[in-house]
Amino acid sequence: MISARGVEKRYGRRRALRPLDLELGRGGFLVVTGANGSGKTTLLRLVAGLAAPTGGELDVAADRGGLGYLGHEPLLYRDLTALENLDLYGRLYRVPERRERIGMLLERYGLWEVRAERMSSYSRGMTQRLALCRALLHEPELLVLDEPFTALDGEGAELLDRQLAELAGTATVLLTTHDPARVESLATLRLALA
Amino acid sequence: MSYLADVAALARKDLRLELRARDTLPAMLLFVLSTLVVFHFALPTGADEVAAQGLLWVALVFTALLGLARAWAPEREGGALEGLVLAPSDRSAIWLGKSAAVFVFLTLIELVALPAFALFFSPLPAEGILGVLLANIGICAVGTLLAAMAAASRTRELILPLLFLPLAIPLVVGGVGASVSTDPGRYLLFLGLYDAVFAILCWASFEYVVSE
Amino acid sequence: MSTSSPNSRVPLVSVPALAALSAAFVGLAIVLALLVAPEDADQGISQRIFYFHVPIALTAYACFGWGAWKALRLLWTRSERYDLESYVAIHQGTIFGALTLATGSIWAKASWGHWWVWDSNQLVLFLVLFLFYSAYFMLRFSIEEGPRRANVSAVYALFGVALIPVSFFAIRLAEDFIHPTTFNRDGPQMTGTMFFAFCVCWLAITLLAYTLYRVELVGKRLDANLRELREILTG
Repeated sequence: MISARGVEKRYGRRRALRPLDLELGRGGFLVVTGANGSGKTTLLRLVAGLAAPTGGELDVAADRGGLGYLGHEPLLYRDLTALENLDLYGRLYRVPERRERIGMLLERYGLWEVRAERMSSYSRGMTQRLALCRALLHEPELLVLDEPFTALDGEGAELLDRQLAELAGTATVLLTTHDPARVESLATLRLALA
Repeated sequence: MSYLADVAALARKDLRLELRARDTLPAMLLFVLSTLVVFHFALPTGADEVAAQGLLWVALVFTALLGLARAWAPEREGGALEGLVLAPSDRSAIWLGKSAAVFVFLTLIELVALPAFALFFSPLPAEGILGVLLANIGICAVGTLLAAMAAASRTRELILPLLFLPLAIPLVVGGVGASVSTDPGRYLLFLGLYDAVFAILCWASFEYVVSE
Repeated sequence: MSTSSPNSRVPLVSVPALAALSAAFVGLAIVLALLVAPEDADQGISQRIFYFHVPIALTAYACFGWGAWKALRLLWTRSERYDLESYVAIHQGTIFGALTLATGSIWAKASWGHWWVWDSNQLVLFLVLFLFYSAYFMLRFSIEEGPRRANVSAVYALFGVALIPVSFFAIRLAEDFIHPTTFNRDGPQMTGTMFFAFCVCWLAITLLAYTLYRVELVGKRLDANLRELREILTG
């Protein structure tokens, strides 16, 4: 699914990611760890196509429609409601049976009650849950999750645990975390950036 | 046409956001009306009506700039622009949707500003109004793309007028010519040509502005 | 270190040879324009600035066009090298554009007694372009170095070449309602010697611009290579 040879990223003088080799097959589950500034986010942005590598070769065997990305920011509109946000993305991703899918996700992540409230009124944890819904909305074959457990409370984190366990084996997952023990049982490949 | 469906969904989202927050439209409206009042004092007795017609275009361009500076603000706040860039739809649809929304805002403002101008100074001839509409297309097409460029820079709102004004000069020439010339046809044609050239250029190049 | 060196292409003529050649041509051009070409019957000595003003203006256009071509290549191939080439070409274009404004202004003062005349379409166009390309530098230096900056700069450079003809027409159209022109702006009737001198001047200025372009490129690339070397050495 992902194949990288000598991939590196620099912004002018600043090096964001040291040259890296990586091979992740379809259905693999890659856990990336590393200190702040080691290039975890950069690697994920490269895989998602949000940034282009400055050196080396990177092949990702999923098109934009098959990729789900969760970043540091929710990538949603603060002044739209949960329903409106997901409806917009559902249209852009051409999700079949959009309404049902959105309803199911909001229900599952405990946001159904607040579906008609603007995202700006959400707590950080709720925002993160909604961002997860956005990333999962179109049932991507490749999931790229940057610190997905951030800001989630115990219940939210358990929901995510269950979701990841369901996805493992069917979808390819690439995630960064500071708590690798949490996803230890799912990981098929581990990468520690330095 | 799924492309047009994407454009419509994106433009509708902007209209909904504006209806909800109501920060850009009232600001543009107040700005254009205040500017017209300033013009009354900036035009000494003896200055002819043609001078006012020219100043109207200054007001329109700067009002548009006020709106354009805020055009990508909703996308910037929650990183939504990246979300749109990640979506599988053609990226030029993001530009077209935003341009359409800005066009609606600008036209709504002019629905008030042009009658106000007629009341304060003199009414615009029919060709002049057509010129305003044609210029709107160019202003929104080019302005939206430049605003996306400015949003990628550190200086943002500060740099947008510098990028935009040299490109707006031909629009002002076409617009003023359409209202004051005895042969407005060629000015309208010129405005149409400007719109076509720059709309195609923006449509083809937007993808590069929002991606690496 | 697998980054491909940006100067992988070997240029046809070396920079010192180019510099010598353009110095010789500029010298020849000065002699031809000031001493050899016959004095213009109507305008006298002041007409001689024409031999520099017009070639400088044409060279500025060429630089902007060259910069846009490199910008197009960048967007096409995504090869980083073109970003620097496009930037350097536009930098030279802006310098020559400023020189066009300066020489045009001197010519206006000598012929019409004013430092600035709105009736000269060429000057007005260069003022618009000068403002446009000054904004290019503001834009470029307010974005972090990287592919995004390269893309944004390239798109803006492409807008520049579209703006040149569009502004040209706009300024012509504006003559209709902005005070009708009173000066005779038909170009001077050139004799054979005058035309020859003009061509040599044009060639000299173009060569000079190309030399400056190459010198600036070499300097910028040397900077980049040094930086890379320092990084390798320090770890």
